[in-house]
Amino acid sequence: MKQSRFVNVLFTAPCAIAFTMIIIIPFFFGLYYSMTDWNGVNDKVNFVGLNNFRILLSAPEFLFAFLITIAYTVINIVLVNIVSFSLSLIVTSRLRRRNFYRAGFFVPYLIGGIVLGYIWQFILNNILVEIGKSLSIEVLQTSFLSLPNSVIWTMAAVNTWQYAGYIMLIYVASVQSIPASLMEAANVDGANYFTRVFRILIPMMANAFTISLFLTLTTSFKQFDMNLTLTNGGPATRFFDEPVKASQLLAMNIFNTATANRMAEAQAKAVVLFVALLVVSLIQVAISKKKEVEM
Amino acid sequence: MNDNRQAGTPRFAVKPGIVLLDIMTIFLFVLFMIPFGMVVLNSAKTSREIIFNAIALPSDWGQLAVNVSLILNNPTVDYPGAFLDSLVITFFSLLVIVVFSSMCAWVLVRNKKIWSTVLFMMFVAAMVIPFQVLMYPLVRWMRVVGDFLNVPLLGTVPGIVFAYLGFGSPLSIFVFHGFIKNIPYELEESATIDGCSRGRTFFSIVFPLLQPIIVTVLILNGIWIWNDYLLPLLVLGSNGIVQTIPIAVTAFAGAYLKQWDLILTSTLIAMLPVIILYLFAQRYIIKGMVEGSIK
Repeated sequence: MKQSRFVNVLFTAPCAIAFTMIIIIPFFFGLYYSMTDWNGVNDKVNFVGLNNFRILLSAPEFLFAFLITIAYTVINIVLVNIVSFSLSLIVTSRLRRRNFYRAGFFVPYLIGGIVLGYIWQFILNNILVEIGKSLSIEVLQTSFLSLPNSVIWTMAAVNTWQYAGYIMLIYVASVQSIPASLMEAANVDGANYFTRVFRILIPMMANAFTISLFLTLTTSFKQFDMNLTLTNGGPATRFFDEPVKASQLLAMNIFNTATANRMAEAQAKAVVLFVALLVVSLIQVAISKKKEVEM
Repeated sequence: MNDNRQAGTPRFAVKPGIVLLDIMTIFLFVLFMIPFGMVVLNSAKTSREIIFNAIALPSDWGQLAVNVSLILNNPTVDYPGAFLDSLVITFFSLLVIVVFSSMCAWVLVRNKKIWSTVLFMMFVAAMVIPFQVLMYPLVRWMRVVGDFLNVPLLGTVPGIVFAYLGFGSPLSIFVFHGFIKNIPYELEESATIDGCSRGRTFFSIVFPLLQPIIVTVLILNGIWIWNDYLLPLLVLGSNGIVQTIPIAVTAFAGAYLKQWDLILTSTLIAMLPVIILYLFAQRYIIKGMVEGSIK
């Protein structure tokens, strides 16, 4: 018995220590720093209450970043899930090369956000513009990244390219767990393909939708790497007559605030991000679970 | 058509639809792969060639070797060094994550006590905390702890590996936990009766059984750690002694603004090892991802 307690402690210690040191302690420091005047230069920090949060409410660049992050997240959830669900239908169909396609669609997920941001910056700013010029297509001649109205959509499209292959695999696992006899029975009963997909497949896959929506929601909300190298926040636009960056998502706004040595303010923004993410994802999971039951 | 589609219907009855789907899929597949093609094409051009014609085939593929050697021998960014550091960091992080998380998960599954439930719940709950809340307090905390213990944690490989253990263990413990739950306890009991110690029971009986889920944990963490940007940036610094590939790519793109011949070649070099690994281990990677996603 004594030996078993020793093993318990020895086996849990490495993860428990790392977890405490890397996540738990910094988390509580983080909550505390959001209520101080921490600037990253002075070692001593003073408690200032909710002052930083009050500043945020009247900071246009933060409010704008918050709004476009929500817009970006919504667009992303819709785009990624429609594309990846369709891909999952393709790669579980009777196509001869389905395994090859499945492997191929997953490739973009292997490329990190930093690298693919540069690649797509080149494609959008150079390749597409050049195609537009040589074929005289008006819309393509100015880069989609240079217009405040299209930049968020473009980022969502690039993110879909990267992420769809991964979400596709979740749907694939779900499709494969549905007994083929069910679809065949419906087929014999005369249900056409789309009826079968919407009436049988999608309700049976409710659990996969919950997971996929949650994953796309949280990753879009925290998007940073691709944002940094694809647009770096640009182009400039105006919000309530204040100059703001049209594609500066929340995570980047936090990063830029901290780079300017406004550490406490950045920390307060991060806490807002955390609370917003928590609330939104709890709502999403609750709604999805309820839908799962209804279906 | 539905009347004559019974179990024994010859395959050609569905062929027209399949052919159409195949053509659509090929089109979609090519669309997905175009960015990679563009990187390869333009990595074999000079800066001038790209400006004049970014879509055309390169006039001389020998330029690819010139660009690659320019990057590998670059005086400002040490690519071979960054590659080696990335390899070392990823390898040791994965090693400690797999060994320590599986040990921890096993103890948590096999002890049904309050402390094990609470600890497991804490690991699961921590997964909702966004990195943005932790990152700045973490850097400050790591500096304080490093000074106190007199072992530098910032800017060193052990420091960042320790951080990856902290960030990687919650999800890994969760995945291992789900798998170990389904391993019959009788296996371990008989080993104990035969006089096997608890520690040895884990390493010689349980650990070998974990092999399929270890692949999942390796892939889930490997893709993330290899491509991670923010944590290495904060812990190692943008011009520290230890560098990673994503940091090298941004440093390079920052130093050679809009010189697409060099930037694209540098992204090609960054992507190539991952893609080559994927070509060989594709079956395991896809399988591991699918299994990890249902958990």
